[in-house]
Formats: sequence, structure tokens, C-alpha cells
Amino acid sequence: MRHHLLLRVITKLLVGPILIFALYVQFHGEYSPGGGFQAGAIFAVAFILFGIVFGLDKVQEVFPPWLVHKLSAVGVLLYAGTGVYSLMLNSTYLNYSSFSPSNPISGQHWGIILVELGVGITVASVMVAIYYAFAARPPVINDEEW
Amino acid sequence: MDSAAILPGLSIIDQLPLLAVVLPMLAAPLCVLFGNRHIAWLLAFLASLFSFLFSFHMLLQVMDGDVLSYHLGGWAPPMGIEYRIDAANAFVLMLISGISTVILPYARRSIAYEITKVSHTLFYCCYLLCLTGLLGVVATGDAFNVFVFLEISALSTYVLVAMGAERDRRALTAAYDYLIMGTIGATFFVIGIGFLYSVTGTLNMVDMAERISTLEDNRTVQAGFAFIVVGMGLKAAIYPLHLWLPGSYTYAPSVVTAFLAATATKAAIYVLIRFMFSVFQPEFIFELHTFKWILMPLAILAMFAASLIAVFQTDLKRLLAYSSVAQVGYMILGISLASKTGLSAAIIHLFNHGITKAVLFMVVGAFLMRVGGSFTKYLNGLGKQMPITCAAFVVGGLSLIGVPGTAGFISKWVLIDAALQKDLWWLAVLIVLSSLLAVIYVWKVVEVLYMKQPDETRVLKEVPYSMLVPMWVLAIACIYFGFDTDLTLRSATVAAESLLSGGIK
Amino acid sequence: MTLDFILGHLNYWLFIILMMIGFYIVVARGNYIKKIVGLNIFQAAVFMFYISLSKVEGGTAPIFPIDMNIDPQVVYSNPLPHVLILTAIVVGIATTSLGLALIVRIREEYGTIEEDEILEIESKLQSDENSTEGASMGGRA
Repeated sequence: MRHHLLLRVITKLLVGPILIFALYVQFHGEYSPGGGFQAGAIFAVAFILFGIVFGLDKVQEVFPPWLVHKLSAVGVLLYAGTGVYSLMLNSTYLNYSSFSPSNPISGQHWGIILVELGVGITVASVMVAIYYAFAARPPVINDEEW
Repeated sequence: MDSAAILPGLSIIDQLPLLAVVLPMLAAPLCVLFGNRHIAWLLAFLASLFSFLFSFHMLLQVMDGDVLSYHLGGWAPPMGIEYRIDAANAFVLMLISGISTVILPYARRSIAYEITKVSHTLFYCCYLLCLTGLLGVVATGDAFNVFVFLEISALSTYVLVAMGAERDRRALTAAYDYLIMGTIGATFFVIGIGFLYSVTGTLNMVDMAERISTLEDNRTVQAGFAFIVVGMGLKAAIYPLHLWLPGSYTYAPSVVTAFLAATATKAAIYVLIRFMFSVFQPEFIFELHTFKWILMPLAILAMFAASLIAVFQTDLKRLLAYSSVAQVGYMILGISLASKTGLSAAIIHLFNHGITKAVLFMVVGAFLMRVGGSFTKYLNGLGKQMPITCAAFVVGGLSLIGVPGTAGFISKWVLIDAALQKDLWWLAVLIVLSSLLAVIYVWKVVEVLYMKQPDETRVLKEVPYSMLVPMWVLAIACIYFGFDTDLTLRSATVAAESLLSGGIK
Repeated sequence: MTLDFILGHLNYWLFIILMMIGFYIVVARGNYIKKIVGLNIFQAAVFMFYISLSKVEGGTAPIFPIDMNIDPQVVYSNPLPHVLILTAIVVGIATTSLGLALIVRIREEYGTIEEDEILEIESKLQSDENSTEGASMGGRA
């Protein structure tokens, strides 16, 4: 898409706001609409858009496939680890209140933020991984034949 | 919330229901993170082993009819998600985690032969996710949670089946067929749950059971029941819904086949039992009709038709796959008798068939590794060249037939007993007759292994000990549970009692 | 069957029609991608069913005001089915992408994604196997 100047300029303008919007959705998810899944999907959109317009190589320079794979595991670990941490505090799995027994509400906040962060990381990296997996396949129809 | 509710001060014993499920789930991302196949194997094995130990401990705890209840996130049921362990699920949990623990040492060498090294880490990751899903399905007491775990295990299963594509490209279409049918099954299940939720307004199984007990004539409950039975029937491969099974079992890597054959359909059958006997009341007219007019004929059809198809197979793996469909028929038959003995026959056969099929498929994997194929032509005279492996096949085969002194005998015995208790003597005759079909297909393989002239030109040695030992652990278990029925029969009876006495309560 | 009955259960009619369309596509279409499309429609119908269950007449979105002062006069819709369906949507996405990935691999191996052509290739494979390895009942019996 080298010759599509308009697309390239607009993509460059959009990628930043998309990422910021994703972070906004992520960190407001605990008590308003939003949360890890939506934020992760929006976050991944920025990379996928960039990849579609500038090519797979360019986006993989920014977000290499090995990092995508590791991050998808890190997100799940963050989620599960939050639960394990509450186990270590002698409480039930994912019982966020145990994080700060003196102030359960703040414990709930911490717990849900951590869990949503884990979800967000995993969703974003899995979405990007799915895009990479399909885009990296050699095309059966080449560009001229379209 | 008072501080006691926030910090109940749980000991490790109280955490067991959760740890058994969460350990494999924790190990799966760790496998990816380390990215080393040896570490991945070790993690998988340790997670599976501890899961097994925890499940076994829980089984001992609930053996006298107790129930362990674990509230996730500290939210008490019926609002929160609850893991509820009684004798029925502890028994199935032990089967699944036990089989997985025995299969993993075997997996190491077997997948080294069947799958390229690069994919090994991901293989263990998917395997662990599949294990998590199956354990979760069984442990949870929340109806929607069942669906989520079911799909976790199913999605990883599709990947595992497709990994067989390195040996035969038909693994891909088999995995695709499985994906389509599995998803339809799971979606049917969700529709059923949705119907029940719309009537009862709850997702907790105990709560649901209480509210359904007064709703026999409610059309929505009946429709929900139908959707759940068909959906789970697809997952459990009840006879006409079994079409995904032979392909997936034939083309999946041997380890995957052994694991799935022993656990995946079993978890689905457990869910079926749980819903039929604890959530719905088995006395409901529509349910009795289902037992009598749908499940029992289909079970008998499965016992004969699938066994008959198995007789004509030349691929050992496909033969055993069809035999699995037939064996599911016995479990469904036990369920359809709707009595305590029938139910315990289904549960005990679930266990005995699990270990038996695991042995047989592991032996097939060993053959595959040494002679490169599972067609009977390759197996000529292997009895002389790989005597220890072939002996394990004979033990498994005898248990599959149900010869006295093996585990398979016990389950058939209890099943016939259940049929006779209902004065269905013709059913007992049919059970024996269908076992004769099993004699034919097992004998066919034994004949090839021992009577045919071996191919002298090829030099074969036994498979490595890491494969022989797990195989024989299960083979000995087949014999052991044929003599010492204390554990299996007692847990199956307690499980059947707890399921029938108003279920999960 | 009064008009009231038909209109009053509109969401169920739509659910049934959509579900049947999806299911029909899965069963009747031979193209693997179209099957996945059908599967998605089928699942979407179920999602709609759950969401329509949760609607309370006159109810608003179940979001608490930021100061957490809840007005008892306000009726909220039931949020639980939304949460369940969010999970089911995630499962659906995973299934779809896995299905598509399998289709890509099938296309690479078989050169086609039409079911009848693949069945033809497979039955040929099967008959080749049968002629070399001995007869069997074969295929997807």
C-alpha cells in the first residue's frame, strides 16, 4: 500500500489516539463500562491497522512475534497470579478483599485492576497473534490478480 | 463484610478443590513463558501429579457422603461460582488427573516421534489447558462455568488433534469436523442453560435443582432438558452423534488419542449424569420417557452397530475408536436404567473403560513408533518382536471384552446386575452378545499379533522404558481393579447414591 | 395464537429464525468458510437470546453513578446475561479463529476448501489405503 498516501497519513494520526483510548477503557473498566477485554481488542486494533497499512514487517519490528507469545502468557499469569496471591493470604481464590483486610473496598479495586490488566494484556496479544498467524501465510492469490 | 468473611483463614486442605483445577491452568502459561520443551514437560507432569494427589485426597474426604464446597472470590453461592465436590466428581477428577499423570511420561518419547520439536512446548501448553478444562467441567457447581471449561478443553483438543497433520493431513479435516460438531454441541448446551436460567433465574446447580423440582410440566424446562441432552450427547459421542470421533481419534497423535479416549468423553458423560440426576429430577415423566425411548435404544444400537463397524476395520486406531463409541453405549445404557445400580454401573464403567482404552491406545502409539503404521498389515507377528508391548495389548483387550479377573468384567457385571434388577433379562442377554462382538475384534488383532508370520527383514526392539512403564502401570491397574473392587465399586455406589438423593445437596 | 402472543414473543421468534438460518448453513453448505459463517450466525442467535432475556421493561443500563448514590426509583436491566455472553463471545471468537486457521492449513494441504472435493480426495486416499493395507469399512461411516 505504498502509494496510498492518505491511508498512511491517517493511520499514523490514528494509531496514537487508538492506543490512548484503549488505555482509557482499560483503566476505567473497574466501575464503568469497559475493562480488559474491550481494551485489549482496541489496543490490538492499533497494531493490526498499522500492520495492514505499513506491512507485516514494519509492525513486527515494533511488536515482535516472540513478545506477542510471551505477553499472552504473562497476561494469564497475572490473572491467575492475583488469585494465587489471595490464596497465600489464606483466603479463597480471587478474593480481592483479602488484599487489604482493613479496607476491603480498596482491596476489591486493586484486585479487579490487576485482573483486568491481565485480561487486557492477553486479549491484545492474542488478537495480534491471530493477525500475525494469518498474515504471515504466503498468499495464494498475489496482489496483481485482485 | 465482617473480617471473618474476608479472611476465613483457609488451610491448604480447604483449597484442594480449587488447586486441583488451577495448577494445570497456572502451568500452561508458564510453559509458554519458559519456552523450553523439557521444562514444559516437567511443569505439565508436576501439575498433573499434584492434581491427582489432591483429587485422591478429596475422594477420601467425600467417600462417606460429605460434600466439599469452595466459594470462588469469597462470593457465597447461589450468587457466586461454587466448586462443589461430592463422591461423583471426586471420582471422575481422580480418573482424569490420574490418567493424565500416567500418560505424560509416555508422551515424552511418543510425541518426539510424532511431532516436530518446535511444537513440543505448545503441545504441553494445549495439553495442560485441555486438562484444566476437563477438571474444571467436573469440579464446578455452576452451570455456565461448565460451558466455559468445556470450551477451554474443546478448543485445546481441536489443536491437539490437528497436530496429527504432520503424519497424516486428514487430521486437519478431522479436527475441523470435530470443531464444527463440538461447537454445535456446546452451543446447544448453552441454549439449554439459557432456558433453565430464564425459568429459574439461577445458574448454581443446587439452587437450580431446587427450583426445577416443582416445575415438571414447564415446557421451557423440558426444552432445556432436550437441548442439554443433545448438546452433551454430541460431546459424549452417543451413537448417532459420534461422527466426529473416529476421525479425530484415528488421526490425532497417539498420546492425544489415549488421553482423549480416556477422559474427554468421560467428562461429557459426567455432565450428562449430573444434569439428568441432580439438576433435573429423574422421576420427571419427560425424563423417564427419554431414558426409555431414546437413550436405551440408542445405547443398544451403539453397542451393536459400532462394535460391528469396529470388527471390519483394518486400522487398529480406527478399530479402537469405534470400540469407544460402543463402550459409550454401555455407559448410556447404565444411565438409561435410571436406578442406583444402573448409575453406579455407568460410573464404574466410565472409570474402567478409561484405564482400559488408555492402555490400548498407548500400545497403538508404541506400535506406531516402531513399525510406522497402525494398519493390521504392519502388525504381523509383532507378538514375538515386541512381547512386552503386545502383552499389554492382550491385558487391555481382555478388559475391553470383560473377561473375569479384569476391570472390564466388574463394570459389565454391575451393568447386567442392574438390568436383572429391572427384570430386563433380554437386556442382559444383549449385553453379553455385544461383548461377543468385542471378542471378535480383539481376537482379530491378537491373531495378527501372535499367529501371523513376522516380517523377518525388520529388526524391532521394544519401546523405551518411559513408554513401557506407564503402559504397564495402567495394564496392571486393569487387572488390579478386576480383583480389588473396594475403591471403584464403593466410590461408584456412593456417587450414585449422592446423585440420586436429590443430587448435589 | 393471538397477535399479542406473536408480538409479545418477538425476541424468541427472531432467535429461532436466526438460529435456524445459522444451523441450516452449517449443515447444508459445503464450503468450509461458509460453515464457519453459519456457526457464527448460530452462536449470535444464542447471544441475542440471552441478551433479550435480561431486558427489564423500562430498565436502564446497570451502571452505578460514580458517587454510588443509587436511586431506588431507577430500574436496572439484569447485567448477569451480559457478562455470560461476553464470555461466550470470547469463546466464539476463539472458535472462529481456530476454525479459520484450520481452513488455511486445509487449503495448503488439499488445495481446496470445498467439502465434496475434500471428501473425494479423502475417499481416494482411503481406497488407496484399502488396496495396499487390506479392505476396511472405510471413511466416515
